[in-house]
Amino acid sequence: MESSSNRLFSARDLIGFAVLIAIIFVVLPIALDGFRLNLFGKYLTYAFVAVGLVLCWGMGGILSLGQGVFFGLGGYCMAMFLKLEASTPENTSIQSTPGIPDFMDWNQLTALPAWWEPFNSLFITLIAVILVPVVFAFIIGVAMFRRRVGGVYFAIITQAFAAILTILIIGQQGFTGGVNGITDLRTLKGWDIRSEEAKEILYFVNGGLLIVCLVIAQYVRKSKLGRLLIAMRDQEDRVRFSGYDVASFKIFIFCLGAAFAAVGGAMFTLQVGFMSPTLVGIVPSIEMVIFCAVGGRLSILGAVYGALLVNWAKTSLSESFPELWLLGLGGLFIAVVMVFPNGLAGVYAEHVEPRLMALLGKSKAAAPDSAANETPAE
Amino acid sequence: MTDRKSPKTTIRQMPEPSRRAFMAGSAAMTAALFAPKTLFAADYPTEAVNTTGLAVTDDTVTIGILHSVTGTMAISETGSVQAEKLAIEQINAQGGILGRKIEYIQEDGASDWPTFAEKSRKLLVNDKVASVMGCWTSASRKAVLPVFEQFNGMLYYPTFYEGLEQSPNVIYTGQEATQQIIAGLDWVSETKGAKTFYLLGSDYIWPRTSNKIARKHIENFLDGAKVVGEDYYPLGHTQFNSVINKIRLRKPDVIYAIVVGGSNVAFYKQLKAAGIDMTKEAPLVLTISVTEDEIRGIGGENIDGAYACMKYFQSLDSPNNIAFVQAFKDMYGEDMVIGDVTQAAYLGPWLWKAAVEKAGSFDVDKVREAQIGVELTNAPEGYVKVHENHHLWSKTRVGLAKADGQYEVVFETADLVEPDPFPEGYQ
Amino acid sequence: MFSDYTMNELGAIFAMQGFAGLILFSVFVLMALGLAIIFGQMGVINMAHGEFMILGAYVTYLTSNLFADYLPSVFGLYFFVAMILAFIASGALGLFVEWVMIRHLYKRPLDTLLATWGLSLILQQVYRSVFGAREVGVSIPDWMMGSLPMTDMIEVPINGIFVMVLATGISLAVYFMMYRSSWGLQVRAISQNRMMADAVGINTAWTDRLTFGIGCGVAGVAGSAFTMIGSTGPTAGQLYIVDTFLVVVFGGAASLLGTIASAFSISQAQSIMEFFLSGSMAKVLTLLTVVGILMIRPQGLFTLKLRK
Repeated sequence: MESSSNRLFSARDLIGFAVLIAIIFVVLPIALDGFRLNLFGKYLTYAFVAVGLVLCWGMGGILSLGQGVFFGLGGYCMAMFLKLEASTPENTSIQSTPGIPDFMDWNQLTALPAWWEPFNSLFITLIAVILVPVVFAFIIGVAMFRRRVGGVYFAIITQAFAAILTILIIGQQGFTGGVNGITDLRTLKGWDIRSEEAKEILYFVNGGLLIVCLVIAQYVRKSKLGRLLIAMRDQEDRVRFSGYDVASFKIFIFCLGAAFAAVGGAMFTLQVGFMSPTLVGIVPSIEMVIFCAVGGRLSILGAVYGALLVNWAKTSLSESFPELWLLGLGGLFIAVVMVFPNGLAGVYAEHVEPRLMALLGKSKAAAPDSAANETPAE
Repeated sequence: MTDRKSPKTTIRQMPEPSRRAFMAGSAAMTAALFAPKTLFAADYPTEAVNTTGLAVTDDTVTIGILHSVTGTMAISETGSVQAEKLAIEQINAQGGILGRKIEYIQEDGASDWPTFAEKSRKLLVNDKVASVMGCWTSASRKAVLPVFEQFNGMLYYPTFYEGLEQSPNVIYTGQEATQQIIAGLDWVSETKGAKTFYLLGSDYIWPRTSNKIARKHIENFLDGAKVVGEDYYPLGHTQFNSVINKIRLRKPDVIYAIVVGGSNVAFYKQLKAAGIDMTKEAPLVLTISVTEDEIRGIGGENIDGAYACMKYFQSLDSPNNIAFVQAFKDMYGEDMVIGDVTQAAYLGPWLWKAAVEKAGSFDVDKVREAQIGVELTNAPEGYVKVHENHHLWSKTRVGLAKADGQYEVVFETADLVEPDPFPEGYQ
Repeated sequence: MFSDYTMNELGAIFAMQGFAGLILFSVFVLMALGLAIIFGQMGVINMAHGEFMILGAYVTYLTSNLFADYLPSVFGLYFFVAMILAFIASGALGLFVEWVMIRHLYKRPLDTLLATWGLSLILQQVYRSVFGAREVGVSIPDWMMGSLPMTDMIEVPINGIFVMVLATGISLAVYFMMYRSSWGLQVRAISQNRMMADAVGINTAWTDRLTFGIGCGVAGVAGSAFTMIGSTGPTAGQLYIVDTFLVVVFGGAASLLGTIASAFSISQAQSIMEFFLSGSMAKVLTLLTVVGILMIRPQGLFTLKLRK
């Protein structure tokens, strides 16, 4: 690490953040119509998860294949509030029990379950969006990290959690909406989230929240904790023998990743207008890891670009060649592992930046602050 | 695939599938399936028939096809896509709609509900399609429904489904649950004397709602009949030996099975392997989830003797159906099979065409108004008519599965069954 | 729930339920053995395991068609040929994949997970392009479908017995290869200390490739056998992946005996719970129990050594 590592932002980081902010807040809104902007808003919600994964996986060496669980829990908390607001007695007068969400009525529930009641309040909902996934992550984290479960085992157990939660949500459809998810969300405190203006505003809110998360991630990265994480990833026992409480650090970073994912999930619900168990399962959880890997597992900014790029490729490939896009996606997975283990950030640091610097007539920074030059995590 | 078929290519270059389709269309014409009306675009100036900015030009109109061609649902949805394309080609071969050829933009829902919502938005907002043929699962329909209502699109939805819905922006060309369930249960009770039923399903809303309706009907309307068991398994479950043992213990007269997808294959294979010979009808197997399409995966010999309750079977012996089956096979190959949903999907473009011509306009509001009461006299399944609740009046039929993968029709209701998406007494 | 039945009926049902549990156990063993070899011995997480199984199923489908067309007289025996071909096809693909991809990633086990996930997507799309999106129906010889009546009440599915015999046979074969052959000795040596194994002259690269190939081949045989009880379609492989990994991890990765013990306990738990509860809840409870036990005992049921 170089001398500037004590400051939150080095000059390089500042440029990176500025470019990203310009892209999110200026370039994309100008270049895209309302429909595409909303799509990119959706992609950016995955970027929250990817940034969390950079902290957990890239820096901490903890690969979670269950980030969809936290994304989903956050999203479902938000969706529950919106669904209750949409299910006024007037809107649901056709039901046998007006005033409860439609899927409950279809499943012969005649009253709102008690655990839905708190979600009548926006304030409690906003707390729950963060708290529920974090508590869940904390429980998993304590159980696993205190027993020194890591690596592959942790990956597979978190994957099992994603499977369990999906089956549970689908099986308890009277309470959760089942496989359909919670759909037809309309307003937030009377504000119609389906309108074009609302989608645009939500896009900017989403972008703002993402920047906040990125700053937090940057802070973690630059703090002592960040350096400890990398030390732990590479030589866990030495850190433990040095007297550090390894498990606590891991639990903390895992919970932070979960919180980021949850914010992403809540913003997803707001922008897309529904939440469904297909976002909780194993497949989306693994796809979220690939967003992070494509961007560069060690670069928080790279993760954002990774999420944007993969999803944009997915959308446009499936528009042009729906029968072939799985091949492209599969190839991307393999390529990013075999050829570009540091993802976009690695490519940038190795090939683009030196030329850019040469072009600008500057000599390359003596000790680049690029985490991408480090060896890839295991 | 943004697959725009230009009318020029269709006529001049005659690529292979189009020529076949053209022939298929001609075959349909000679059989006088859908009597072609000669309408000329000149009589319907674009500015008059399209006042809301849809993708209508002087000689084309663009519609959307939105199904999964990748992911787990591609298995089921492929047939619908094929049927819709066949209908479109046939309509074009007859001169199109209001003198305009139909072009289509096909989007892939990828078996993923948010993708369905995203693509439907694209079709309606960016492509401004005049209508959309699409969706298969309830979840995908629920995902796109708010989009269609917000942007006032028109969706033709082909699948038999659980009901409990009636959107002004959807025409349901499949059966809602009561249309599929009640007549079949009455039949099995009257002709087979069934008294005890075991309800089994995949764990999601359609099987659960359908079984709820079946249970109410069995307990309240069938004399002395009762439900002796009810079980649900996660989608994709492949181990049914335990439930087969439970069924043996309860000895029901009828196993009422609403298992879907890959689970279907596992269930029937394991049922047969467990020594339950369905042709002996002890217990009798009655399903509402296995069409000819599914039998291909299950294997005809493994489901021989089961009964299915549908509105359409490929084996229907009517001139309309024979011509339809032939046209389908001409276009996609002799080994194709056609299930209930495929036929319902085929109705979509024809129903829309009829409504557009009745309204003399492509405007969604006018089409919606004109759609009510539209009838097809020569649909493959027979006469159908659009009810004011946007569902179709259609017959219910019971078929007996044969080892060759086809159903033999053993019963059909005398009259059309009225669609009732919010059935009183079944809630 | 049992008050309405005679003792006789109950006895029969419990006997058959016992068989159902054993069949499920055999299915789990077949699913997990290939993965246990690859994951347990090499530490490679093969997310495309399900797709290797489905390759075996498609090979069975093709073989059945060939026999139906050209050798209808011996159709009843095609299944044995199909299983051998499935082993060869999946094994060959395994060797190829190891050579192209896996061998570069031995030092990065988590990356093998991503790369093989990509591979699974590609294979799914290839199956879809070649065989169509729909499921294919594999015709099973008549003698394999149906059941053996033991008493009036008790009937045992023949394909269940077939799966049980196959699972036993393959387990024994793997056991002998692993613990009685020089190849097995080399594999175990490598899994314990790769550098030392290399140093004493074991051809680690070739042993690795062969191990991966054999693991994939066993998956192919399992897929071939599963055409009797399940569906064959481009995405059918995904149905197995979570169960398979849990069985292997629960057993303790490096232990073959552990894999079998864990398949036994998970299958019995699931089978019994399915009988008393609804299918979905049984599944959730089984998974939760397994994960719960793994949290208390992360190294799994059996273990050769404590892992770091």
